[in-house]
Amino acid sequence: MLHHTPDEISERHALKVNPAKTCQPIGAMYAALGVHGCLPHSHGSQGCCSYHRSHLTRHYKEPVMASTSSFTEGASVFGGGPNLRQSLKTIFQVYNPDIVAVHTTCLSETIGDDLPSIIKSAVEDKTVPEGKHVIHCNTPSYVGSHVTGYSNMAAGIVKCLCEKDETESKRINVIPGFTDPSDMRKIKGMLKEMKADFIMFPDTSGVLDTPQTAEYKMYPDGGAKISDIMRAGGSSLSLCLGKWSSEAAGVELEKKCSVPFRVLDLPIGVLATDRFVEAVSQELGLPVPKSIRDERGKLVDMLTDYQQYLYKKKVAIFGDPDTVIPMTEFLLSAGMMPKHIITGTPGKAFEKRIDSMMKEHGHDYEYNCSNSADLFYLHQLIKKEPVDLLIGNTYGKYIAAEENIPFVRFGFPILDRVGHSHFPKAGYMGGMHFISGVINTLLDKMDRETPEDMTMELVA
Amino acid sequence: MSEIMTGPEVNLESWVDNIISKYPPKVAKKRRRHMVVREDGEAGCSQTIEANTRTVPGIITQRGCCYAGCKGVVIGPIGDMVHITHGPVGCGYYSWLTRRNMYKARDDKKNYMSYCFTTDMQDHDVIFGGEKKLAQAIREAAQIFKPAAISVHATCPVGLIGDDIHQVAKDMEKETGIPVMAFSCEGYKGVSQSAGHHIANNKLFTSAVGKVDEPQPEFTINILGEYNIGGDAWEIERVFEKCGIKVLSTFSGNMSYFEMEKAHNAKFNLVMCHRSINYLAEMMEKKYGIPWAKVNFIGPESMAKSMRKVAAFFNNDELTKRIEAVIEEEVENAKKGIEPYLKGLEGKRVMLFVGGSRAHHYQSVFRELGMEPVVAGYEFAHRDDYEGRHVIPTIKVDADSKNIEELKVEADPERYMPAIDEEYRKRLEEEGVLSNYDGMWADMGGGTLIIDDISHVELERLILDFRPDLICSGIKDKYVIEKFGVPSKQLHNYDYSGPYAGFKGAVNFARDIDMLINNPAWKLARAPWKDRSFLNASLNS
Repeated sequence: MLHHTPDEISERHALKVNPAKTCQPIGAMYAALGVHGCLPHSHGSQGCCSYHRSHLTRHYKEPVMASTSSFTEGASVFGGGPNLRQSLKTIFQVYNPDIVAVHTTCLSETIGDDLPSIIKSAVEDKTVPEGKHVIHCNTPSYVGSHVTGYSNMAAGIVKCLCEKDETESKRINVIPGFTDPSDMRKIKGMLKEMKADFIMFPDTSGVLDTPQTAEYKMYPDGGAKISDIMRAGGSSLSLCLGKWSSEAAGVELEKKCSVPFRVLDLPIGVLATDRFVEAVSQELGLPVPKSIRDERGKLVDMLTDYQQYLYKKKVAIFGDPDTVIPMTEFLLSAGMMPKHIITGTPGKAFEKRIDSMMKEHGHDYEYNCSNSADLFYLHQLIKKEPVDLLIGNTYGKYIAAEENIPFVRFGFPILDRVGHSHFPKAGYMGGMHFISGVINTLLDKMDRETPEDMTMELVA
Repeated sequence: MSEIMTGPEVNLESWVDNIISKYPPKVAKKRRRHMVVREDGEAGCSQTIEANTRTVPGIITQRGCCYAGCKGVVIGPIGDMVHITHGPVGCGYYSWLTRRNMYKARDDKKNYMSYCFTTDMQDHDVIFGGEKKLAQAIREAAQIFKPAAISVHATCPVGLIGDDIHQVAKDMEKETGIPVMAFSCEGYKGVSQSAGHHIANNKLFTSAVGKVDEPQPEFTINILGEYNIGGDAWEIERVFEKCGIKVLSTFSGNMSYFEMEKAHNAKFNLVMCHRSINYLAEMMEKKYGIPWAKVNFIGPESMAKSMRKVAAFFNNDELTKRIEAVIEEEVENAKKGIEPYLKGLEGKRVMLFVGGSRAHHYQSVFRELGMEPVVAGYEFAHRDDYEGRHVIPTIKVDADSKNIEELKVEADPERYMPAIDEEYRKRLEEEGVLSNYDGMWADMGGGTLIIDDISHVELERLILDFRPDLICSGIKDKYVIEKFGVPSKQLHNYDYSGPYAGFKGAVNFARDIDMLINNPAWKLARAPWKDRSFLNASLNS
């Protein structure tokens, strides 16, 4: 399948092969779906919207609704203002959302459409009905990655909706990074267990993990409520769970509403979850309940019970910075050896963070860590220095098959396996779920490859 | 009253009036022209539909873009080529392996289907131009992968910043010695994927087809507009080979670049997806004199009918006998395979909203399964795909279609060699065998409803008002439909199953449709306590 990939690292300056990222607008669309009653709107050619909806649908196996400005050649020359105005008119009459979240594309960015003024005039002349909201952000596809798009929409939500509130309230805002609804649900669950007063947005739980009841809802029950997002300006602290996908929203909240922020990792693995729980506990002066303490203990118990299968196992991991960083830390804390650590998203801060993490854990072995990298490069690294386990999104399966490496799916997108929408990787329980997957996958390979003259182990 | 309903009766005309009223007035007027309640007889013959026109901005449409039609549909399946998307990372990424067109490497072992190649354009490239980066990307692709040929596909910003991809392609072809084809298929061109099909056809015709002359056996055909989703092309090939017919090239499922160069040596072109490839069929006929026939390989009856067109064309007793023998054997086997599913499917009503030909192609197999197609429509077809090719001269050229180049093609002075004489060709044309497509109209009689470029709100209303037993659509609609408790079959990617074409494919299809419709899990959607009020529940407990 990938047998045209040479064993030696190929010198390249222009050609990207098998990318480990995609473009901004899909992230913006995903973030917008995390607002209740919101219809994301793609300001560009029809294909962008179609591709993003298709891709999100393949990952979530759920309806993903969004509209498009349906640019033609004329609009590309004369500007897309009329297309956006027509879109808003059509959308509010036909699909009646509470809010429309507009993001740009490489097309509308290149021609320089001015979203704020187009939207402003649509509000003024009542193309946008009263009581309805239109928010926006810029997502040029030729900058950053899908993670940047998520970040820009999260910041756009703040810019357009949050209101300054001087009344003192001990409440936190939680801005989760680009992760699955299962994780968002788990994070909320932990906050509720701690009896924390919080506002979380974006929140795709209840939007992209909905039940089958034979009753379709165009705007599902879930998602952060507009009224709650507005109140976020009155919280005492924002916790941004992921530097790449959530910091910008925190910065914006501080700028606009003077709410201070802290950037934490997504609570994936023992240590990152510890930091999250500690932060909430300290800020709100709340004790850590027994249920959470027990969950933590069970995760650690699993790591010690099965350490023989994990210790010093070499791992290649790829994905988005905000999920790969805490996962790498999790692997280190379990005694494993992350050997190749790759993200497609640009930003040197990725390497810096991984490097300092390695030092903290006292590691002096050679490892490869790159931002803006692709899976072709990762494959060549693996060919040069083989690993015992590959962790990453669905596209990793071709490398895993070619090199016969056990493979655990992690991150976005997972197009070919079930469960990620409902079983979290976040929190202590999410850690147990993930690490069970790792251990079982390694054991499956051991069983499968037991020599014929040996007896397969009954107990592991 | 329409025949559509077996449940509560709904008048189709009023249904259309009602759905139209949901739009702003100007939009309503436009959408109305994309809906036709079919009438029988002469009244039906004079009905027209609007198609291949702009989707109103803001409408939630199934449609994609020109790039998707060019790279995604027509060019992407050619397996021994490296296809480079010139643009930001997304377009290449989303069209990476998602269409399920399968390819088996030939003796040269070249197969790049699992790879995605892009120039990953950055803001610097948008500001200063991306030509140098593209040239370097082609150089690297040639050096590292040594493909049979390279294609370059423009995305939206490329046209706007004015990168001359055709000059870069020319220069790099010279430098690398590998053929490089450039496609100006920027997403904003045209009104849907359809523009991209045409752009792809033009370039394949001028730059690939006709490059290598090689004498072929008497019974040699090409199959056009067959993309080998789930292995369809392999099943079709199996059947033709059994008849002693050579399939030289398949555009473009399981297609090798080298086979494409020889395609003009075939005697006869069979056109499966009329929408995406009729341009190439017509141009090959004009230049090389290769007649073409519209076929349908979906369902045993249509497959047999298509094979008989081939028999009629070659008009050779021995071949005709062989074809009839194969039909007899294969139809019998297919019928045996389908039989166990018939009882569970009888009388079920199906709606189809997909593509530019599949919404028509699958109707006959549904009828063979005892099911009834009641509402249908295409995503990006033209009027001729609905009403038949005779309307082509009356189709208005508009601002969106006029920019897609129509190549002027003349007969090749040396290589124009029709395999049949003019008199016989005319006869076959009169009989409707050659150069003819009657469109979806022919199979959708009075009392059915046709909706072009269906929107989300129309789909939702159809489900609520008609409760069909099955809706065929694509990935974006699938889970919308299924959340209503109505099963949905993806006819772009076959729900990761297949092949569905040919005789063996029909059995797979029957099995999969039975699985969708008769799966007991659908009944679980209604929980036992659903209609019980809280008060009753607590009193009873």
